[in-house]
Amino acid sequence: MHDPRSAAAAAAVMLPFEGPRGPRPRKALSTRNIFIYGTLLLFAFYYLLPLYVMIVTSLKGMPEIRMGNIFSPPVEITFEPWVKAWSEVCTGLNCDGLSRGFWNSVRITVPSVILSIAIASVNGYALANWRFKGADAFFTILIFGAFIPYQVMLYPLVIILREMGLYGTLWGLVLVHSIFGMPILTLLFRNYFTSLPEELFKAARVDGAGFWGIYLKIMLPMSLPIFVVAIILQVTGIWNDFLFGVVYTKPDVYPMTVQLNNIVNSVQGVKEYNVNMAATLLTGLVPLFVYFVSGKLFVRGIAAGAVKG
Amino acid sequence: MAAEGRPNQLFRNLNSKIASIPMILTALVVFAGGTIWTVIYSFTDSKLLPRLNFVGLDQYERLWASSRWIISIQNILIYGVCSLVLSLLIGFLLAALLDQKIRFENTFRTIFLYPFALSFVVTGLVWQWVLNPEFGLQSVVRSLGWTSFTFDPLYNQEIVIFGILIAGLWQGTGLVMCLMLAGMRGIDEEIWKAAKIDGIPTWKTYVLIIIPMMRPVFITTLVLIASGIVRLYDLVVAQTSGGPGIASEVPAKYVYDSLFLRQNLGQGFAASTMMLLTVLVVLIPWAYLEFGGRRKNA
Repeated sequence: MHDPRSAAAAAAVMLPFEGPRGPRPRKALSTRNIFIYGTLLLFAFYYLLPLYVMIVTSLKGMPEIRMGNIFSPPVEITFEPWVKAWSEVCTGLNCDGLSRGFWNSVRITVPSVILSIAIASVNGYALANWRFKGADAFFTILIFGAFIPYQVMLYPLVIILREMGLYGTLWGLVLVHSIFGMPILTLLFRNYFTSLPEELFKAARVDGAGFWGIYLKIMLPMSLPIFVVAIILQVTGIWNDFLFGVVYTKPDVYPMTVQLNNIVNSVQGVKEYNVNMAATLLTGLVPLFVYFVSGKLFVRGIAAGAVKG
Repeated sequence: MAAEGRPNQLFRNLNSKIASIPMILTALVVFAGGTIWTVIYSFTDSKLLPRLNFVGLDQYERLWASSRWIISIQNILIYGVCSLVLSLLIGFLLAALLDQKIRFENTFRTIFLYPFALSFVVTGLVWQWVLNPEFGLQSVVRSLGWTSFTFDPLYNQEIVIFGILIAGLWQGTGLVMCLMLAGMRGIDEEIWKAAKIDGIPTWKTYVLIIIPMMRPVFITTLVLIASGIVRLYDLVVAQTSGGPGIASEVPAKYVYDSLFLRQNLGQGFAASTMMLLTVLVVLIPWAYLEFGGRRKNA
C-alpha cells in the first residue's frame, strides 16, 4: 500500500465520481471577510498605537519631538532617553533615576508574591480538605471583602501598621499586598484543591499523614500549574499597584509606579517627553514580559477572577 | 495531652485552624473590622487624628454640599455608564469576530489583551502623551491640512472624563473580550447548526439565542467591570491629576486627598462610606441571586 499509484487506484475505486469535495470554499474577499478583518484590524490599530508611540518617542531626541509629529519614526535613533530615565532622572532630591524604583518594586514584589501565595494556598487547602465549623463564614467575609472598595479599609490599616511599627516600610507594604491578595488567591486554591480526587486525600490519611504532611508531599507537587497561575496573577498585580504604594510607603521606598508618576507629572523643570516615555516603557516592561512569556496561563489567571465557587 | 482523653471541640482539626489564622484575622480584623471602624468614625468630627466626638450626619451634609464631591459623583456616573456599555459592546463584538474561525486568532487576541497587563499609571501616562494637544493626535491631524481640528479632551473641562474613558477602555476591554470568548466557546456547536438549518440569520442567533445563554458570563463580567469602576483612581491621577481644575475628580481620589493630603479624616471616612454603600447596593442583590438560589438547590 506504500506505492502511491496503488493508493490512488484504491481511492479511485472508493470514489465513484471525481469532483470538488468538502465544504464549498469561501471566497477570500467576500463582504463578510472584509467586514471581519477590517473591524479587527481597526481595533488592532487602536490597541497598538500607544505602544508604537511610546517606543518611537523614547528613541527620539527632544529637538526632533518638538519639530515632527508623534507618529513619525525617529530620524536619528538615540538611546540617551533610556539611559537618562534609568539612572539620571530626578525625583525630589534623589537623582539616581528610575532604577531606585525598580529595585524597590523587586524588593516589594518578591516577598509579597511568596508570602501571599504561601498563606493563600494553605488557606485554600484547609478550606477544601480540612473544613472546620465556621470556616465558610470567614471565607464568605473574605470574598465579600474582595468587592469592598479599598478606600474603606485604607485608614484602619494605617493604624494597624503603625501599631506594628511597619508603617512606611517595605514590609508593611508586603503585608498589605498579602492581605488584599488573599480573597482571590484563596478562592483559586480552594477551587483547585476541591477538584482533585478525594481518594488521594483519604489514602494519605489512612497511611497516617497529617495536615502538613499531605500538603507538602501530595498537594504541593500536584498543583504546580495553579501555583504558576497564582504567581503570574500576583507578579503583575503587585508590580502594577499604585494606591497601596503611595499610601503605605515613604519616598525612599516608593515602588516603581509611584516614582514614575512623580517623575512624569512633576511640575518642575522642562518636560522631557522622550525620557518620560522611556521611563513609562521601563515600568511596563516587567508585566509585558510576564504577559508575552506566559501566554495562555495569563488568560487563566485573569479568568480566575471570574471563577465561581 | 489533655485533649486526648476527652475530645475538645476547640482542639479538633487544630492544624487546620492554625493554618486559617491569617484568613480569619484578615476577614475579621481588616475587612469586617476596618469597614465597621470607618463607618463609625464617619459620624465623628475627626480632623488630623481620629477621635470619637460624634456629630451625627454633619460630615455627610458637608460632603454633599461640596462641589468637588458632586463633580466626582457626576464623573464616576458618566464614566461608569459609558465604560460599562462600551466595554461590553466592544468586548462582545471582538469576541464574536474572533469566534468566526478566522486566521491569526492568537495574534489578534494577544494584541487586544496586552494593555490589560499594563498598570493604570502606565496607561494614563501614555494616553496623556497621545492626547497632548501640542504634539499629539490633534497636532498631527492639523498638520495634515485640517487646521481647525480640535481634540484636546485632557485640557477641556467639558470632555475631560471622555479622555480618561478612552484610556480606560484601551486598558480594560481585552479582559471583557477574553471572558466573552470563553463563554462563546462553551456553547454547543449543535445550537449553531440548528439555527442555521432553521435559516435564522447570524445576528439574530446572537441576539436571541447566544446572548441569553451567556447570561452567567455577562453577570460575572458586569460585576468585575463595576467593581473596577468604583475603584477608578490611579488612571485619573496619572492622566490628569484631577484637572483641569477639579473637572476630572473621582470619589476614590476625594477619599485619598481628604485622608492623606487635606487632613480631613471625617470627610474621607464619610466619602468612603458612600462608596461602600454604592457597592453594597449592587453587590447584595447579585450575591442573593448567585448564591441564595443555589443553596436552595443543594
